[in-house]
Amino acid sequence: MESYALLAPLVILFPAIGAFINLFFGARMTERWVAGVAIGAAVLSFLVTVLLFSGLSANPGGVIVNPPFFDGWLTIPSAGIDFSWQLRVDTLSVAMLLFITGVGSLIHIYAVGYMHGDPRFHRFFTYLNMFLAFMVVLVTGNNFLMMFVGWEGVGLCSFLLIGFWFDRTRGVGWRNSNAARKAMIVNRIGDFGLLMAMFMIFGTFGTLDYFTPGEIANVELVEEHAAEEHGEEAPGAAGTEGEGEGEGEGAAGEGTIVLVQGEGEAGGEGAEGEGEEGEGGHGHEESAVVYTNNDHIPTEFLGVFGQTERMLEEGHEVQWGPVRLPIQDALILITLFIVIGVTGKSAQIPLLVWLPDAMAGPTPVSALIHAATMVTAGVYLMVRSNVFFYEAELTSFIVTLIGVGTALVGGFIALGQWDIKRVLAYSTVSQLGFMVAAVGIGAYSAAMFHLITHAFFKALLFLGSGSVIHAMEHGHAHGAHHNGHADDHADAHADQDAHTDHADDEDFDPQDMRNMGGLRARMPITYWTYIFGTLALAGIFPFAGFWSKDEILADSWIAGLTAGGLTSLGGFIALVGLLIAAGFTAFYMWRQIIMVFHGQPRTDAARNAPESVRTMTYPLIVLAACSLLIGFINVPDIFLFNSIFIPHELTHWLENSVLHAHAAEFQLLIAMLALGLAVGAIVLASRIYGERPLIEGEGAEEGTLQDPLVEIPRVGRPWGLAHARLYIDEIYYRLVERPFNVTARFLADVIDWQFLHDYFHDVVIVRGFNGIGQLLARPVDLGIIDGAVNGVGVVARWLGGLLKPIQTGYVRTYAITLLLGVVIVIIVLLLPLIQNGG
Amino acid sequence: MEATGLSLVTVVLFLPLVGLTILLFLNEETQLNNIKWTTLGTSLATFAASLVMWASFDNSIPGLQMVQRWDFIPTYGVSYYVGVDGLSLLLVILTTFIMPLAILASFRTEVLHERGRQKLYYMFLLLLEWAMIGVFVAQDLVVFYIFWEVSLIPMYFLIGIWGAENRVYAAVKFFLYTMAGSLLMLLAVLFVGGSAGTFAVPEIIAGIQAGSIVFPFSDLFSTQSALFLGFFIAFAIKVPIWPLHSWLPDAHVQAPTAGSVILAGVLLKMGTYGIVRFCLPMFPEASVAWAPIIAVLAVIGIIYGGWVSYAQNDVKKLVAYSSVSHLGFVVLGIFALNAAGIQGGILQMVNHGISTGGLFLVVGMLYERRHTKELSNFGGIWLALPAFSAISLVIVLSSMGLPGLNGFIGEFTILLGTLNSNILGFFYALAATLGVILAAIYLLRMFQIVYMGPLDKDENKNLPRLHWQELAVLIPILVAIIWVGLQPAPFFATMDSSVNQLVIDMGASVPTIVQTLP
Repeated sequence: MESYALLAPLVILFPAIGAFINLFFGARMTERWVAGVAIGAAVLSFLVTVLLFSGLSANPGGVIVNPPFFDGWLTIPSAGIDFSWQLRVDTLSVAMLLFITGVGSLIHIYAVGYMHGDPRFHRFFTYLNMFLAFMVVLVTGNNFLMMFVGWEGVGLCSFLLIGFWFDRTRGVGWRNSNAARKAMIVNRIGDFGLLMAMFMIFGTFGTLDYFTPGEIANVELVEEHAAEEHGEEAPGAAGTEGEGEGEGEGAAGEGTIVLVQGEGEAGGEGAEGEGEEGEGGHGHEESAVVYTNNDHIPTEFLGVFGQTERMLEEGHEVQWGPVRLPIQDALILITLFIVIGVTGKSAQIPLLVWLPDAMAGPTPVSALIHAATMVTAGVYLMVRSNVFFYEAELTSFIVTLIGVGTALVGGFIALGQWDIKRVLAYSTVSQLGFMVAAVGIGAYSAAMFHLITHAFFKALLFLGSGSVIHAMEHGHAHGAHHNGHADDHADAHADQDAHTDHADDEDFDPQDMRNMGGLRARMPITYWTYIFGTLALAGIFPFAGFWSKDEILADSWIAGLTAGGLTSLGGFIALVGLLIAAGFTAFYMWRQIIMVFHGQPRTDAARNAPESVRTMTYPLIVLAACSLLIGFINVPDIFLFNSIFIPHELTHWLENSVLHAHAAEFQLLIAMLALGLAVGAIVLASRIYGERPLIEGEGAEEGTLQDPLVEIPRVGRPWGLAHARLYIDEIYYRLVERPFNVTARFLADVIDWQFLHDYFHDVVIVRGFNGIGQLLARPVDLGIIDGAVNGVGVVARWLGGLLKPIQTGYVRTYAITLLLGVVIVIIVLLLPLIQNGG
Repeated sequence: MEATGLSLVTVVLFLPLVGLTILLFLNEETQLNNIKWTTLGTSLATFAASLVMWASFDNSIPGLQMVQRWDFIPTYGVSYYVGVDGLSLLLVILTTFIMPLAILASFRTEVLHERGRQKLYYMFLLLLEWAMIGVFVAQDLVVFYIFWEVSLIPMYFLIGIWGAENRVYAAVKFFLYTMAGSLLMLLAVLFVGGSAGTFAVPEIIAGIQAGSIVFPFSDLFSTQSALFLGFFIAFAIKVPIWPLHSWLPDAHVQAPTAGSVILAGVLLKMGTYGIVRFCLPMFPEASVAWAPIIAVLAVIGIIYGGWVSYAQNDVKKLVAYSSVSHLGFVVLGIFALNAAGIQGGILQMVNHGISTGGLFLVVGMLYERRHTKELSNFGGIWLALPAFSAISLVIVLSSMGLPGLNGFIGEFTILLGTLNSNILGFFYALAATLGVILAAIYLLRMFQIVYMGPLDKDENKNLPRLHWQELAVLIPILVAIIWVGLQPAPFFATMDSSVNQLVIDMGASVPTIVQTLP
């Protein structure tokens, strides 16, 4: 019994409890207590994850946990629907959990300093905890539906946190809440795809479960291991059959754990011929190798991925209602719709528009949600569904194009931004493109590797930028004092801690890099940690980004050479596109470093900016260390490193749950090329910006500071394009938003109101009724019902009397119709009498 | 099986009338509080009785339970025939759940004090409850028809007497539209009863199954189709299915809060319920033949309703159009004609009652404070009323279909059923799923304009906090939203065998709808 896995629900429960406490009692607690609860919840969650990790290390096959009190969910027996709250603890989900709760905890700590003094401090931490809980649901759910609960839940938290400062005056509040709404709606467009994908998945497999309790996630790996073990100790395979009663009773019931492999309970429900599958490995608790595969489990008892493999072998034909198509085509359709969801959540082309605006949220939010965790959910989902994507070559190719395109577009736009957070936002878009492209070429392990390293160094960069912004605000307040605005000082200072309204002082934008410069001397910790993050992001040896980016590039190269077909083409496209994007990355990051930290301070705010408090700098230091070291979890098998670190450790870890995970062989040439490009870009940037980071604008831009690039022939115009963000927002406004609004107006005013509501009503309904009413009200001989009608008339008059005080010009219509109604009731009762002649 | 004494169903049905009788003896001037609390007490007792009914309901029996049957006009086969099964039980409970909330919300409605006649108001509410429960439990076509018509009268007066400026126009319009449909239904009822020799629906269905009753069917316009349409059009107006919805915005905007809540919460479901209860089992071939056409209307309604809702500047009107969109989902699910679609449809009726009822309650509370329904008059309410706004957000999200809350469960099941339906399929699901995006667009616009933004209008700055009675109205809604969202299994279990039986029965007549599960 793997009792450690019983702890899994706690990873969700701790932050959920934290959110509840702060939601209901936070308003009455001091900041210290609010923060304590929130941080405590996050850290406890992290500690449990570490326990899960160590438990899983011993037995990496993974388990499925039914949380207590929540064993069922959406169950419709006659429709064959049975989706339950089940947690999947396996190497993939725990890898995600480790950095989600780890980086999450650090950002919680950082936020204490950053949000200090905000009147809605407790709300902020409520949302932050809530976000963690949903994010954990997203990655630990054992079915698409539960994943979707987390998926939308984190979207909600993102909405709440982007719009956190919705109450700012002078239009800033509306801008913030617009950004929040935009994020949610764009994500909803993605969710539409995901919903459709789920309907099709259910139609194909009859379930949404990734894996079933009796199933082994990675058959190939198990077979491989079995072969190895066979060589070493031949009799092992027979196992200790005697104890293998494994009736799979573990599948149901509260709080039970069902082992995917391991001891007696394996086997799984519904498995046929339990006796012979051999619950091997019993005697070797530490080895965790099971000498079996899923062949003994009938198709309908497998999860979606297991069934996919089986159906492909059988050439199965899928039926969704009236539609019939082969499984391969079904997979292409399913994955295409999943990709729609991914483009929404992970801000890929064409749905990337929400992420840059999302920077309206407080900076810790940008770091946690819009860089490290939530936006990577799309990549996680594709890696989780690698079996689908692996078999859908067309989709994979499209995914490659989307990823490479996004990496280029994001990187390009980042070159032309002034806002320190916007540069990072577009950089995130670009890096997500790297991961998505990696999935496209089948490099699932490389995608995960880059996802994890990126989480650390991008969180670091965002927190660093937050530290800078925070300092600029303080410096500005301080500077105002020095300049003799003594009476402003009290207000300004009170405001600064709470980040009130940047627009309260319209002349000054603390996020504009043109206002910075020379902060290196004022903020050494922030500076040096920022350098670490930049080097990691730029892919400089031996920082984390070097290893992970290189793995993606190496994989593209290998895919291009060996895969054949569309995937080969995708591999080459990815290689070229991502190399260029990597060059952009190094360039815009170094541009930022110089503009923010080097040279002379360009404003009083920059001159007076103080270093941030310790709750903010310590997380920076930890993250900087991680940015240097985290790459070593998956070093390639090369000279020197393979003797110090275990090569491809992450890949081997993931192999247990990601069927098509594989390690790329180190490509020295590619690595040198990428490194050369990055170093070259940095050198170039420091030559261009090092001498004069900004130039005076000319012509229309007179009096403003400009980027030196505009002066360089044939570079100036593209830079303008990057600065204008490729007009993406404008294009969307013209092509989508405005037509949508115009149509809505037209439908509401013309079609619905003027036509259906007024014209149709007056002409058809009212006239028709009056005609019938007069017909019935005419004193024709209605025989036996005459008396009844008279009686009804009395009642109607009485009822009508009630309305007298409020009647307008509708008396006639109303009286007739009321009469009509009552008459009809009477007719129903009396008609049989009439038919039978009384 | 027929109960010997009073069946629970009869008890639940007539409890509101008992309360109504008590009200008759109370004096409006001197005993206003007694009137209020008696009404509330009656509705709570009815709710409690309906819960007992749910507790004693056997999920495994597909047929009617707690049946009571007395001859009414024996010569012509009309009987007081009531009972519940999986199709109706949840709707009865929805009715008895919504009514106390609507009544409690009325306590703090100013318009009642202005216009007076409060005793009459509460009597109408109880009369309405009686009629609505009657619609859901009646198993005899004539009895059903009477309840159907009776339910019109109190709502007509609720809108006409206690409504807003344009109340009489709205009340008459409401009446006219519903009556137009009812006329057609009446003809169909008489024809069905006449040719079957009985008005008892279970007997008619049994006759159809056995082949002893035949409504000839050849194509879209044969005898059976005409009968089907006779019922369907009446129901479609009530739902309302696009393009028959133009009475709805008027009725909602003009009705007092309780009227809107009941209208959206329960009355509209009488239409969708009628389709499931009468149209599908009595006219299976016609239902299947018309399903694609109706589904197209439903999908148009989903998208049209959402789109038009987006352009509204009156909060109540916005919510009213959202109902057109939401009920489009319900109709779509029903005409998927498989277990998932129909069960999703029934659950979505309940969900819509909870969420849209909740939205109207919220709008009502805003109205009591600000005396406006114009979106642009609000802004920053989140700062002024944090708890109220948080609750509003949950209700908005539930209406949007956020997973983990109730609306999602219904929509998801409906769309799942639609895509895998033999009658509808991929493209219907695709178009309808687009409606999910629209829901976010129009609801978030509303939420943003009302609740977010700076609190810069003076009138919004000193709004009174929530009264405990208002909290008591909102908390049950909140609980229901979360409960159905996290644990919908008991709800599906209640209807599963009845719906399954319905699908099997229809499949016996029309084999094309029979599905093999993947």
